This record gives sequence, structure tokens and C-alpha cells, in this order.
Amino acid sequence: MTLQEDVELLRNIPLFAKIEPSKLKLLAFTAQRLTYNAGDSLFHQGDEGDSAYIIVDGDADVLVDSPTGPITVATVGKNDFVGEIAILCDVPRTATITAKTTLTTMRISKELFFQLVCQFPQMSIEIMRELARRLEVTTRQLQEALSKAEAAR
Amino acid sequence: MERSVFKFIYNYSKTQQFFILLITAISLPFYYVSLDIPKKIVNGALDPGSKSYLGPLEFFGVEIVQLDRLPLLFTLAGIFLVLVVINGGFKYYINVYRGKLGERMLRRLRYLLYGRILRFPLAYFRKVSQGELIPMITAEIEPLGGFIGDAFALPALQGGLLVTALIFIMAQDWIMGVAAIAFYPVQMYVIPKLQFRVNMLGKERVREVRKLSERIGETVSGVQEIHANDTSKFELADFSYRLGRIYDIRYQIYRKKFFMKFLNNFLNQLTPFLFFSIGGYLVIGGSLSLGALVAVLAAYKDLAPPWKELLNYYQRQADASIKYEQVVSQFDPSGIRPAEQFEADVDRPEPLSGELAAANLSLTDDDVKVVDAMSFTVGLDERVAVVGAGSSGKEELLMLLARLIDPTGGRVTVGGRESRELPEAVTGRRMAFVAANTHLISASLGDNLFYGLKHRPLRDAEYNEEDAAERTAALAESAASGNTPDDVFADWIDYESAGVEPGASLVAAGIRALGLAEMIDDCYQLGLRGTIDPEKRADVAERILQARAALRNRLAEPELANLVEQFDVERYNDNATVAENLLFGTPVGDAFDLDHLADNPHVRSVLDGCGLVEDLLRAGHEVASTMVELFSDLPPDHEFFEQFSFISADDLPEYKELLGRVDKDSLDALNDEDRHRLLSLPFMLIPARHRLDVIDEPMQARLLEARAAFAETLPDGLRGAVEFFDAERYNAASTLQDNILFGKLAYGQAQAEARIGGLISEVIDDLGLRDTVIEVGLDFEVGIAGGRLSSAQRQKLAIARAVLKRPDMLIISEATATLDGATQNKIMANLLEEFKGRALIWALHRPSAASQFDRVIVLRAGRIVEQGEFGELDQPDSHLTELIAAE
Repeated sequence: MTLQEDVELLRNIPLFAKIEPSKLKLLAFTAQRLTYNAGDSLFHQGDEGDSAYIIVDGDADVLVDSPTGPITVATVGKNDFVGEIAILCDVPRTATITAKTTLTTMRISKELFFQLVCQFPQMSIEIMRELARRLEVTTRQLQEALSKAEAAR
Repeated sequence: MERSVFKFIYNYSKTQQFFILLITAISLPFYYVSLDIPKKIVNGALDPGSKSYLGPLEFFGVEIVQLDRLPLLFTLAGIFLVLVVINGGFKYYINVYRGKLGERMLRRLRYLLYGRILRFPLAYFRKVSQGELIPMITAEIEPLGGFIGDAFALPALQGGLLVTALIFIMAQDWIMGVAAIAFYPVQMYVIPKLQFRVNMLGKERVREVRKLSERIGETVSGVQEIHANDTSKFELADFSYRLGRIYDIRYQIYRKKFFMKFLNNFLNQLTPFLFFSIGGYLVIGGSLSLGALVAVLAAYKDLAPPWKELLNYYQRQADASIKYEQVVSQFDPSGIRPAEQFEADVDRPEPLSGELAAANLSLTDDDVKVVDAMSFTVGLDERVAVVGAGSSGKEELLMLLARLIDPTGGRVTVGGRESRELPEAVTGRRMAFVAANTHLISASLGDNLFYGLKHRPLRDAEYNEEDAAERTAALAESAASGNTPDDVFADWIDYESAGVEPGASLVAAGIRALGLAEMIDDCYQLGLRGTIDPEKRADVAERILQARAALRNRLAEPELANLVEQFDVERYNDNATVAENLLFGTPVGDAFDLDHLADNPHVRSVLDGCGLVEDLLRAGHEVASTMVELFSDLPPDHEFFEQFSFISADDLPEYKELLGRVDKDSLDALNDEDRHRLLSLPFMLIPARHRLDVIDEPMQARLLEARAAFAETLPDGLRGAVEFFDAERYNAASTLQDNILFGKLAYGQAQAEARIGGLISEVIDDLGLRDTVIEVGLDFEVGIAGGRLSSAQRQKLAIARAVLKRPDMLIISEATATLDGATQNKIMANLLEEFKGRALIWALHRPSAASQFDRVIVLRAGRIVEQGEFGELDQPDSHLTELIAAE
């Protein structure tokens, strides 16, 4: 995999679509490509977060601890961006991400991420959009869960 | 110690001093005869008019009859030559002897002073700093060595010469004699007065210089505080002030010293004036012959040098006396421990038995009662926790119990014997003490671990014949200077203390102790990062190669295959730099330093031979373009430069300019400097990591050719500069881990390092190699004061050391406070188990841990407020409960 291919790959991700190519190249150059076997975890809920990950290839489960054990709340795949909450809000990891298949990621350090966000407002908007979407999904799920609970009562 | 330098010199070297005097006396007749010979040659052999010397010649009663002038001349010249040799020989012998004597005395003095440092009460080290003590023993007393050889001989000799010359003058004419010494009383009165003031200034200067070294010492040890508080300007100002003080004093000394010199010279020159005026008056008046005046003037020439020497000597002795007294006074603190405490040689001290008792034990420091009338007893089979707040005096109490400090009141007894009376051979072997902050010696981890076993030389070192003779001579010399007869190279290890057969390996005992201190893992990791000499440790190298093979087998498993790219002489390693690929080995020394490989002439010639230079230049051009593209917009201090860029922020503009001048196709037009710049870049490339795709497959193939050519054509002189990778051979320049791995960790494999670490660990355990690796870890150099270990590791090592000598009583003063909670608990559990039936006294920084001990002593403000079993004390409103609640 060459640097140029990595740049192409990043360009296809909505989050980075508007960023100029030379910055994407820097991102690709300083990001670390990491491959995980199925079953390996990128990070665990509660860990300190120092980086975010772009999924280049493969699928991964997003798991959240619950009293009855971990439950899968979502599945992420190619071109998804994960792990950004911990570095945005300086909180411990809010979920565990475990590879479902062989998983290739690009690891972006906190410093690089912040630098990009500062330089490219477009990226901030993309991130907001993504977060808002997730919030919307979560809210919907919560409503469903509450109404189910209501019905069960 | 002797209060005055002369007393010191006399006490330890009177025989030698007398010997020097004797030899000097014997040498004098030869000297005088040699002065006489020229006259005989001139008057006897050369002067045709004079027949008087053609008679019998006598030398030391031997009659030499000569008839002719020529043989006489040659005989006299021959005798002169012989005398020159004899005089030179005397001078040489006396100088060497004086030098030897001075050095021996200096050695003795240094040894005595150092010995006294070892006897200082600990409290004294709060008043006198390392920065003061070091220059005292090293630099300050150095000039004494030169003085000691002259101390008696010089005044005797020069005094003798002076008196002789004086008597000669007096015999010629007493008035002349009086004139010659007319100014001596003035000099003898004025010079000491001036010298006294110089001495005072000298003393002050010594004090100031000591303070200066103290400041430097403080700066070195407290440098992080300086940076953390931005006080370097202040420190510089302070330092400059001190330098200024020294300058002022020195300047005053110079002025006084040179004034003295001026005065001396002036008075010495004044004497000829008297000779000429008074003598001339007498000659003209007819009461003195001209010949006598000339003779007196000649004699006066002999008078001046000894007088000058004597005055000079007077100044030197004043200087030496001050230095000596000033140094010695610092080495005699009150409360210095008696030498017998250290000398008393108990071959195998009896185990301590009975109980440890403190009676009315007190320690006052600057009027503060740190330990206030404590009385208690501890059975030597009890494990006791001491708890209390920070200022409760628990640390001092424990140091009192360990006999590291002496109480100011009351006493400690062990098995009925007062601990103050016990020799250190008992307290230092049957007791062990671990402080909250352990100082390690700058040696290997193993040396530190076994340090607690080195009390006395127990078995002679084994030398070959030549070395043995040398060591015997060295030890005899040591004894001649009043130094120790103990051989530092002997086997000092007290194996029995560690429970090991004498001469057997200590490793097992060491590993056990490290295990109790939970330091095995640290030591294992250090071992993996350590190197061995495969010739000395062929067995270890052999087994590491087995581990390499075993790891290779494991890595053949599909899910592990991607973790490591192993070295293969036939294949290009994508996870290694171009430099590593080319060298295909570990550099030894600087010749093939991987960062500057492109500069090496042999490398350049190999690259030329393989036609790689142009390719690498092109690659360099591409790397440079990419770097300029990526990093140009970043601020120069951005961390990415250090982490990722091939070109530093400072060099980036130069490369930018270079790229502007040349394009990719006209690289042959580059000048040498630019070629050099570009050529160095691709050597750092790691294809798998950088993904720049400039080292394509054909180029890799040619780099492999270059790799082979490099090894084949390596000049003999550089054979030792690289240790090639060879699947079948142990690589002496690499660490154990790299030898087992024999390859590079693959980039992009998640947690590759941890997984490989686990794999290596499994392989090592399968082969039963763990202890061997730990043993290699014992060779790890811990650095100055153990600086290369973490503070937790230092503490664990200290605990292991204390456990290793199997003391009857182990005293621990909050030694685990810097460790993480889990490790603390483990170590405490280990030691509580280990010391069942022995005494363990532990000052805890977490009072709740006291529940695991047999008994608890609770301190508050220097007093014992509670003692008993934990269960009894663990009541509402007890001090213990309060302490636990505050934890």
C-alpha cells in the first residue's frame, strides 16, 4: 500500500473530502496503518484515548459494557471514523471496538486530529454532522427502548 | 589526627626524612669537588706558567702523579665527567625518593581522610556537603605531596649552605659578614607579618572555593528545580558573585605576595650596594685587600640562592600548614564513630537473639525532640508495623534501631548488648535497613544486588604469576602508605550469608531475592535488552540460538506470520531502513553508524560499483520533494518534524532551494555538497512504514547485490566494525531480544510488540531460559546513583539486597511508598511470609496495612501513643483508627 493510495482512500471519506490533497498526504504520512485480526480490540471502554481511527477495510463491532456483559450497539465498516469522542471531549473511551473480520485502520493521533480540525472548518462541520446523526440515532433508539419498556409494564 | 602538618610528617615519615638528610649530606662532598675541578683544570692543566699543580694530585687521599699536561687535562676532564654523573645520580635518586615519599604521605592522608568520612555521624552530612568534601580530599591537599618531601631536607640543606657561605665571608672580614646579613633581621621581621596576612587570605580563599564547589554540586543535583523555576539567571548571578569574591581575595593575595617578593629582591640587591660602598671604602682605606673583596663578592653569590630558597620555603610551609589544618579540622566532627567499630573483625557474627529493646530512647535535633523517650521491646521473632504521621519520628526511630544514627538519650539494646557498642560487622550483617530512597552505586544491577555481601575479603583472588607479583607489590606499597592490606579484587562475597556454598553461583539466591522484591520481570526485560559476549558465554549464545529457531517455528503459524519480518540475506527487508538492508548487520563502533552510512567511503565505493548512486540520488530527490511538500507549511517547532520528517526544520529551506535549482532529470549536474545532501535521505527509508514507493523492486534487487558486495569487499581493517546478520550465528553486537527475534517487527500490525513480547516469553519459558535472561539482566549498568532504573526499580532492588543477606532483623522505612499499590501489597505479603520467625520492623505509609503484622507501634510527635496487636488497637477513637481514617 503506497502513500498515494492512502491519500485516494482518505479522499473518499466524507469527513476529509474537502481537505486539500497536500494536507491529506501529510495526514496519510503521519497516520499509522494498523491491521487487526478478527477478535482483536482497537481499544477498550474506559481506556485513555489518544487517537482516532479510520476504518480502511473490514468490519468492527462497537460494544458497550452493561450489567449483563458487553452488548453490541453498532457495527462500523469501511470509511467510518471511530474513537473521536474520547479525544474531542477528553473522556475515557465510551465503547469498546472489536474487529469482526481482519480489520485495517489508519490511526490518527490526537495532535494531528486537532490540527486538522483547526485548519479546516469544513472538517469541523463534517464532524458535527456525524455527531448529530449519531445523536439522532441514539435518541431514536432510546425512544424505542422506552416505549418497549412502557409496553412491557 | 595530627593537628599540624609537621607533626603529621614527622610521625609518619621520620625515618625517611632522616634518610633524605643523610643522602643529601653524603652527596655534598661530591658536589664541592666537582666545583673545585674546573679551577684545577684552569690553574693546573691549562696555565703553562703555573707548575704548582703539576705535583701530586690528591683526590680523597688517592695520589695521582702526572708528568705531562695533556694526560693531566684528560684525567681531570674524565674525573669531572664522572663527578657530573655521580652528582646527577644523587640528584635523580633524591628527587625520586622525595617524590615517592611525598606521594606516599599524600596517599596516607587521603586514605585517612576518606576513612574518617566513613566514620562521620550521619547528621554531619547535613552540615558538610559533597561539594566541599571532594575538593578537600582531591585538590586541596595535592600541593602537600610536593612539600612533604622537602619539609625537613630543604631547610637543612639550604640552611647548611647559607651558614657555610656566611662563615666563609665572616672569615674574610667580619664587617663584610655583618653587611651581608644586615637586612636579614628586617626580612625576618617583615616577611612573617606579611605572610600572616597572606595566610589569612589564603584560608578565606579556600573557604570560598569550597563554597563554590558546593554551589556547583548543588546545581548539578538540583538542576531540574532550576529549570522548573527558571532561576538560571539568578544562579548565574550568584555564581558570578562568588567568583568575584575569589577574584578579590586572589587579587589581594597577589598584591601582598608580589610586594613580599619585591621587598625581598630589593633587600637582597641592597646588600651588594653595602659591599661596594663599605668594602670599597675599606679597600681604599687599605684595611681590606681587593682580593678579599672579590672573594667576598663571590661568596655572596653563593649566599643569595639559599636565602631565597629559605624564604620561599617559609612561604610554602605556611601554605601547606594552612591547607592541612583547614582540611583536617573539617574531618573531626563531634560524634565521629570510633574506628574500632569498623575494625573489630568478627569472622562470622553470631545471629542476634533475644529481643530488641529501646529504653527511654530520645533524639534531639536542634532542640526539637524528634524521638521523645520511647521505650518498647520487640522480640526478634516478631513482625512489627510502625505507623504515624509524617513528623511522628518513625523514620528517625527506625534509623536509631538500625544503629545508623546515635541517640542523644536513652539506649537501644539487642539481645542485652547495647547497640552503640556493637561493631558494624554485627549491625551491618545481622541487620538490614531499607530507606525510602535508596542510593545505588554506579555499577551493574548484580553488583548492587550483591553489594550487601561484601564485608571482608574472604578468598584471595586468583592471579597468574605475573599479575600475582604485581598485586603483591601493589599491596606492599599500600601498606607502606598506611593503607589497607585488603585486595579489592579478592572474592569479597560472603556466600554463607546468602545461604550459598562458597564459590558457587549466587544467581539462584539473587533471583529468589529479586522474586521476593517483585523485581523478576524488570530484570527479565533488562536481560532481553542486554548483550553478552558469545565467546565467554558460549552456552548462553547457543541457547539463544535455540530460542531463535523456536521463535521462527512459532512465527510460521499463519496468524503470527505477519508480526515479524525475519532477516534473510537473500531478501530485502521491507520493515528495515535502506541503511540496515545494505549493511545487513549491527554496526560496532562509529564506522558504520546507521545515521551516517552514506558518508562512509566503503559504502560509497560499493554503491558506485553497483551503479546505485544515481538511483539513490533520484530516490533522495523524491524524498526531499515529498518532505518539502508535506512539511513546508508547518511551523518549524512542530513536533512532526522530529517524529516524522527526514529533514529537520532548520535544513528544510536549503532543500527547498536545492529542489528549485535542480530537477529530477539533471541530477548528474549536482555539485558534491548537493549530492551528499540528497544521498543521505533515502538511507532512512523504511518501505513498510513510509509507503513512499521510491525503493522499487529492481532497486531492491540491486541493493541486495550491494549488500553482498559490501560484505565481500569489506576491507580487513573494518571487519570488526560490523557484525553481520547470520541465521546460524549469535550476533554479539545485538541484544538478546534482537538475537531471538532475528528480524524486524512488522509495521502496521496492531499490538505487534506486546504479542511478540508474549511469544518470546513463551519460547524462553519452553526452553527454560528465563533464569539465564535474568542473569544477563544482572549485568545491566544502573548508571549514576541508579539513574537508569526507575525509582520503583531502585527500591525493589534495595529490598532484594536486604533480603539476600538473610538478616535476623529487617528494618524498612517506607521503602515501598513509590511503588504502585498492587506491587506494594505483593512485596509486603512476600516479606511477611519470608520473615516469619525473624524480626521485621516496617514503618508503613499506609497504616491500614498494619493489620497484617504481629504488632503495631503507633507514634505521634515523637512519642509512642499506642502499641499492641492490631485487633486491640483497632477501636473507635484510637490513634490507629484516626490514622487509618486519614489515609
